[in-house]
Amino acid sequence: MRNNFLLAVITKISLARLQSDAAKTMPATHTAAKLNRQRLLDWVFLKAAWFFTALVFVLLAALLLSLLIGSWPAMQAFGFDFLFSTQWNPVTEKFGALVPIIGTLVTSLIALSIGVPVSFGIALFLTELSPPWLRRPLGTAIELLAGIPSIIYGMWGLFVFAPFFAKHIQPGMQSTLGEIAGIGFLFEGAVMGIGMLTAGIILAIMVIPFIASVIRDVFEVVPAMLKESAYALGATTWEVIWYVVLPYTKTGVVGGVMLGLGRALGETMAVTFVIGNAHQLHASLFMPGNSIASALANEFTEADGDLYTAALIELGLILFLITFVVLACSKILLLRLKKREGSLS
Amino acid sequence: MKLQFGLMLASAALLFTTHTSAADITGAGATFPYPVYAKWADAYKKATGIRLNYQSIGSGGGIKQIKAKTVDFGASDKPLTVEELEKNGLTQFPTVIGGVVPVINVEGMQAGQIKLTGAVLANIFLGKIKRWNDPAITGLNGGVKLPDSNIAVVHRADGSGTTFLFTDYLSKVSPEWKEKIGADASVAWPIGTGGKGNEGVANFVKQIKNSIGYVEAAYVKQSKMNYVQLQNRDGAYVIPSEDSFKAAAINTQWSMTTGFYEILTNKPGQDSWPITGATFVLMHQSQENPAHALEVLKFFEWAYAHGDEMALALDYIPLPDDIVKLIEDAWRTRIKGKDGQAIYSAQ
Repeated sequence: MRNNFLLAVITKISLARLQSDAAKTMPATHTAAKLNRQRLLDWVFLKAAWFFTALVFVLLAALLLSLLIGSWPAMQAFGFDFLFSTQWNPVTEKFGALVPIIGTLVTSLIALSIGVPVSFGIALFLTELSPPWLRRPLGTAIELLAGIPSIIYGMWGLFVFAPFFAKHIQPGMQSTLGEIAGIGFLFEGAVMGIGMLTAGIILAIMVIPFIASVIRDVFEVVPAMLKESAYALGATTWEVIWYVVLPYTKTGVVGGVMLGLGRALGETMAVTFVIGNAHQLHASLFMPGNSIASALANEFTEADGDLYTAALIELGLILFLITFVVLACSKILLLRLKKREGSLS
Repeated sequence: MKLQFGLMLASAALLFTTHTSAADITGAGATFPYPVYAKWADAYKKATGIRLNYQSIGSGGGIKQIKAKTVDFGASDKPLTVEELEKNGLTQFPTVIGGVVPVINVEGMQAGQIKLTGAVLANIFLGKIKRWNDPAITGLNGGVKLPDSNIAVVHRADGSGTTFLFTDYLSKVSPEWKEKIGADASVAWPIGTGGKGNEGVANFVKQIKNSIGYVEAAYVKQSKMNYVQLQNRDGAYVIPSEDSFKAAAINTQWSMTTGFYEILTNKPGQDSWPITGATFVLMHQSQENPAHALEVLKFFEWAYAHGDEMALALDYIPLPDDIVKLIEDAWRTRIKGKDGQAIYSAQ
């Protein structure tokens, strides 16, 4: 039924074209008409695909534009100082984004520095070391972790992880890492279980399933022949991973890490629960901070005053740009890797 | 197949019509009164069949929505000044009262065992009093042994009417607070950790040792938290309770000429709890559809008359009767149709 309707529309739209085409080629035999119809369908399909793709760009541009318009009052009022000011005062309407920007970057960095090695280990175990009967259940378990809503991570972080962390781990960190000159300042202050470090750890747990499953998938496509050859030459498992699997899959691995980073940068609820939500700049990772996404989630509802709203929208714009820059950097990195590949071979 | 489709269409139509019945009232705004408005709405629907659709999107959102006339009433925890009301052609009235209570988590301390003055509370939240055994605190609490440990301050991370009342109180009792921080739904906290929502603050206070925070009165009961006694304007120490919140409302000179603009912090009276506040409803003075506006007013009239028990069960304090009378007088004189006729005319 739907097909008929589609056909009717198509024939109507371009009857003229069909006829002219038919006139140019053969006498209007049955086959020619059929060919023409197929050509027409192709044309419609092409245009439709173009339209959908263009829609993405239009949406992106519209989003960027509305963010720009929305944040215009704040840009006018604060200019570039907005990026470097630590002040966030709704009473006097003085706003600066440095604290949430740093919070976003630092928590994502912590998340990646914990998450990437762990994910790498998981993927390695699943593809190279695990007994075959264990691969499936383990793989499924990791994918299930990816499906848990972020608020669950936040609640678990606040109710279960934070008290445990404050009681059993933070004091230990203070008495060991905190004593090391040079990095000791990172672990100063009261142990509360919440703060930048906790947020980073929760984020790490959240990005691990994403990164791990992407890395596992790309590891799996490495041809067995390559690996077997290396083994035959006497390479250890580690050497096979390092010299054969990783070079073969680096594009995919970087892509997986970027996917994880994207999630970490934009994560809202889980971070809001455990980061401490304070617009203050502390050197210590034990102290509360703020991230862009959680500042937005916290303050948008009750933001009265145009400047306050505009400042929050500008925060959103900055997050958008950070994500854009990160993605762009990863693309450039990949291109460079590819270039080197060419020169080596 | 066809039957199924027909049924679907019919049920969709049914859904549609029940949702857009002309008498339905819409409101949007503050999250603080949402539980009681929802409870009232439920009971009111059973009593009259008229539905209230209230969206708790926050006070700021409520004010924006009523200005844009997308809802029948807006709700805000922070009253608008008479100038703001007149500028936007709005009128405002309070609905219920609530209290904000400082809560602590100090080992060995019982609820109400610690006494604080407003000035000391302000200095704690300013970060000037850093330890629990600071002479400023021990001086008020002779005989109570307070620990020699740092005070962890917890505040709201999200913008909130609770924060507005709390900071308004601190501004009234501490010139330094007023000058450096001020009063608003969210402020630039000099120290501390931010929790999202009352439940967030309650959780942080429970988890962090030697902490102090502030929550709505209802959460003190629900989460069994240790509240402090506060010194009120008359110099008496009071505990947060239904009576002390009510006392603050009674000791206030409500007036319709100021659009009921009253923040019930630091009110006089021996029994008044110093951090009390009302939540407000905003409506347009000039109504395009008088019959519909009357439905809104009837809802609140019914809630004032029959909703006290429901409010108390949810730890809100209903307004004293003489204030309700004043509000209903205000409806008569302030809310009019396009033709200038008063809309509300009940007793």
